[in-house]
Amino acid sequence: MFKVHNSKFFALLLAAALVTGCASKQGETDSAVVDPNAGPLGTEAGGTDAYGTGYGQEFDSSLQQQQAEQAGQAALLATTTFYFEFDSSSLRPDALVALDAHAADLIQSGRKVILEGHTDERGTREYNMALGERRAQAVQRYLILQGVPSSQLEVVSYGEESPSVVGHDESAWSLNRRVELRK
Amino acid sequence: MKLVLRLLLVAQLLLSSQLYAEEVLVISRGVDRAMPIAVVPFAASGMELAEDAAMIVSNDLRNSGLFAPIERKNFISMPAFAEEIIFRDWRAVGAQYLVIGNASRLPDQRIQLNYALYNVAAQQQVLAASTTGTDAQLRDLAHHVADRIYQSITGDRGAFSTRLLFVSSQRDERGQSTYQLHHADYDGARAKTILRSSEPILSPAYGPDGKRVAYVSFEQKKPRIYIQDIATGQREQITNFPGLNGAPAWSPDGSKLAFVLSKDGNPEIYALDLASRNLQRVTNHAAIDTEPFWGKDGKTIYFTSDRSGRPQIYKTTLGSQQTQRVTFVGNYNANPKLSADEKTLVMIHRQEGFTVFKVAALDLEKERLRILSNTSLDESPTVAPNGSMVIYATRQQGKGVLILSSLNGRVRTVLPGISGEVREPAWSPFLSNQP
Repeated sequence: MFKVHNSKFFALLLAAALVTGCASKQGETDSAVVDPNAGPLGTEAGGTDAYGTGYGQEFDSSLQQQQAEQAGQAALLATTTFYFEFDSSSLRPDALVALDAHAADLIQSGRKVILEGHTDERGTREYNMALGERRAQAVQRYLILQGVPSSQLEVVSYGEESPSVVGHDESAWSLNRRVELRK
Repeated sequence: MKLVLRLLLVAQLLLSSQLYAEEVLVISRGVDRAMPIAVVPFAASGMELAEDAAMIVSNDLRNSGLFAPIERKNFISMPAFAEEIIFRDWRAVGAQYLVIGNASRLPDQRIQLNYALYNVAAQQQVLAASTTGTDAQLRDLAHHVADRIYQSITGDRGAFSTRLLFVSSQRDERGQSTYQLHHADYDGARAKTILRSSEPILSPAYGPDGKRVAYVSFEQKKPRIYIQDIATGQREQITNFPGLNGAPAWSPDGSKLAFVLSKDGNPEIYALDLASRNLQRVTNHAAIDTEPFWGKDGKTIYFTSDRSGRPQIYKTTLGSQQTQRVTFVGNYNANPKLSADEKTLVMIHRQEGFTVFKVAALDLEKERLRILSNTSLDESPTVAPNGSMVIYATRQQGKGVLILSSLNGRVRTVLPGISGEVREPAWSPFLSNQP
């Protein structure tokens, strides 16, 4: 659970960085995404007005920006599992960020994906099949709203039949209430 | 079990008419307590019986919740024939009824099982009969004896010769799962695998003709409904709709199958005429409607719906647009199953909070709810065709198990001898396979 929170938090930061990066064309770098491995060509943390520096510095900072964007995008695309509260099929805000990245990727690539809905083990199996489908449909609807053609999206529910973690308490259940994006 | 039997004996001796002070249990024919019965081990002349037939009879009667078999070690004598009975011995252990029997081998090598039932107080023979079968049918013979005794005393048809379907799953070291659909005696004995798959199997439903089963299989990586002949293994895929295909339920005459499809946008119930393949829509609501169960009239369908916000049980009539809510107690009620007399609705019920799911029985007339189980992750109750017993899946000591409970809640036992995580039991109808 803690790890998941961490990567979501990181994703949020990257998203924030992306937004900032896109908005400013002047080579400002956000302190949050300074590449610690940057050589002498990289700008310093804290951000500076790009026009005050030379051409070389502007080029390096936009490269850095690009790398940061790509890293951010890759991280978001690597997030292919979306979790849900008990009895709920509402998408969490952090899920939307990653789904935006997926939407962009799917629109661009034209690839098909399967949205696989799951529940935890509690309650009856057939109701859980329906609940799993409802969760997957929530993801499907959001992606369609972001412009993904519905023909690229397929929804399948496994209900409680295919848990990610076999266990009988909230720590397992919370990891089983999910939608998986499968290519 | 011993303590319970002792208490029952004491209760009888004190002529107390109620065992449970807080509940008034009303059982058919005015019998309101478990009847002490002694089933004496059957004698076998010139042969050995492969099974303890008397113990099978005893367990059957106990499972119904209407009988309290007296433990063998308390027997003073062991009669196998009428002339050997000393009624005083049976009054002494508090028996209300006595069952004796003896087996012999016929010239054609079949077994003949003679049995008789006596009323101890009246010192009278109530029933005497015999039944024959092969060695392999010995369990069937014993169940038949239990059925006859049950019917003779209660007036209701015994359900001990019925069968059970259930699903098991097993995960190997690599995390690969194997799912199996099993067919067994109602008590879990003689289980045979009738379907094996690396993908989930769920919602088996026993056909009213006793010959076929409908179930959901993920073998095509999506849920689809199949019908399979139990004896031959022959299968037919029944549905191929996009989205959910689930919860198959046979109409009482076997001509229709109700099930859930989400092809029209959200899970709804439909009924398929198996001969004409005409599909009729049964529910029409944006909420989840699932888990249909037919009433005996072949027109009423009970189902689970979360149209009020959380799953509750509703009923509707085929062809009408009317739905009526049936459950109002508890924040989750699902998977409705009716008893044979349609007076009791068995379901999965959640009282308060979100973690405890229990099998419960709702008296439809009195609108009173009774919790049947003492576990908290119950699923898939199924009711015996005579309404006397319920089997459900639950977890106990870290394992998925099947529990058999008498509908009156007196008796509860784990069905033994099944490996893997077991779930999804489905009770057969009365079967015409009586020896």
